Amino acid sequence: MNPVVAELWPYFILIFAGFLPNEIWRILGLVLARRLNEGTELLIWVRAIATAILAGVIGKLIFFPVGALIGIPLSVRIGSILIGLVAYALVRRSVFAGVVAGDAALILGTMLLS
Amino acid sequence: MSADSVSPPMRSPFLQGLAAAFRSVFAYVLFGTFVGIGALGHDFGFSIWWMVLSSALIWAAPAQVILLSALGTGVGVIEAAIAVTLSGVRLLPMVVALLPMLRTEKTRTRDLLLPTHFTAISMWVESLRLLPAVPREQRIAFCNGLSLGLMLSAVAATAVGFYLAGSLPRIYAAALLFLTPLSFTLSLARNSRALVDRLAFVFGIALAPILAALDIGLDLLWSGIVGGTFAYLIHRLRRAGA
Repeated sequence: MNPVVAELWPYFILIFAGFLPNEIWRILGLVLARRLNEGTELLIWVRAIATAILAGVIGKLIFFPVGALIGIPLSVRIGSILIGLVAYALVRRSVFAGVVAGDAALILGTMLLS
Repeated sequence: MSADSVSPPMRSPFLQGLAAAFRSVFAYVLFGTFVGIGALGHDFGFSIWWMVLSSALIWAAPAQVILLSALGTGVGVIEAAIAVTLSGVRLLPMVVALLPMLRTEKTRTRDLLLPTHFTAISMWVESLRLLPAVPREQRIAFCNGLSLGLMLSAVAATAVGFYLAGSLPRIYAAALLFLTPLSFTLSLARNSRALVDRLAFVFGIALAPILAALDIGLDLLWSGIVGGTFAYLIHRLRRAGA
């Protein structure tokens, strides 16, 4: 392979295996959204699908962890989410407080159980 | 962190959006998440520029982790592209739900190209929460400022993580990865005021692991379509009965 091509090759891979396969869905969304107006019934349905998919991402991360999360017991993963929710509710519906409490619970819980 | 108050037109809407990004918990959650991604990229042998560029271009943490893991473990480019595209499906309904909030009669399609690229979970959750308080003709600029702020945080963190790689104890690496499910759960809980959104959340979080355990392909997509549609139907039935 010539040196310039060899140097740029990882960036071609980034475009064709990373950027475009992901971006295509955003562009399709742009095309489909053209005729939709805010407040229509169809849009409530689409938002429900988007919300359910996001919730699904969370569910999978909790029950089928990746990377370093594999080492954390399932009970600690579920417990930390619940502690985060409780802290969020107690501290004036603060997402920040919930995230800090939940993450601290994950670290402490793992240390206590192992 | 409360960013509920969007002050009147003293500053440009773009700068207001930028400021809102750093009042958002997601600026910090993304920082933590992308420190983890930067470290992962370093361990798989990618260059710092490739990593920084991939954070900005892909701008979707799950897709980026999939691409890094696939390429880093020697999976083929085509297989990597397919895995990435399967994870990206969620972006379509998110863009479709967001753009009608940004548009006015005079908006040209090219004005929507940036918000379209910027659409990601963090930006979407914060836009849906903050945009209703922003005057309609200022929403695109506000949204671009918000997104750019969040992206800057992620890109800077990618570089930090790249250089920190190896010195991060495993439990802290796990804590960084856990920021994603934790912050998504809490933000969706905060944003879900309508019954239909709450139901969609509960159905989605329950269905996806079940479908994944049953080894059904495209588990996320199916849990979204089935869970979202059921939530919507219950919302319709309830309204019809009321």
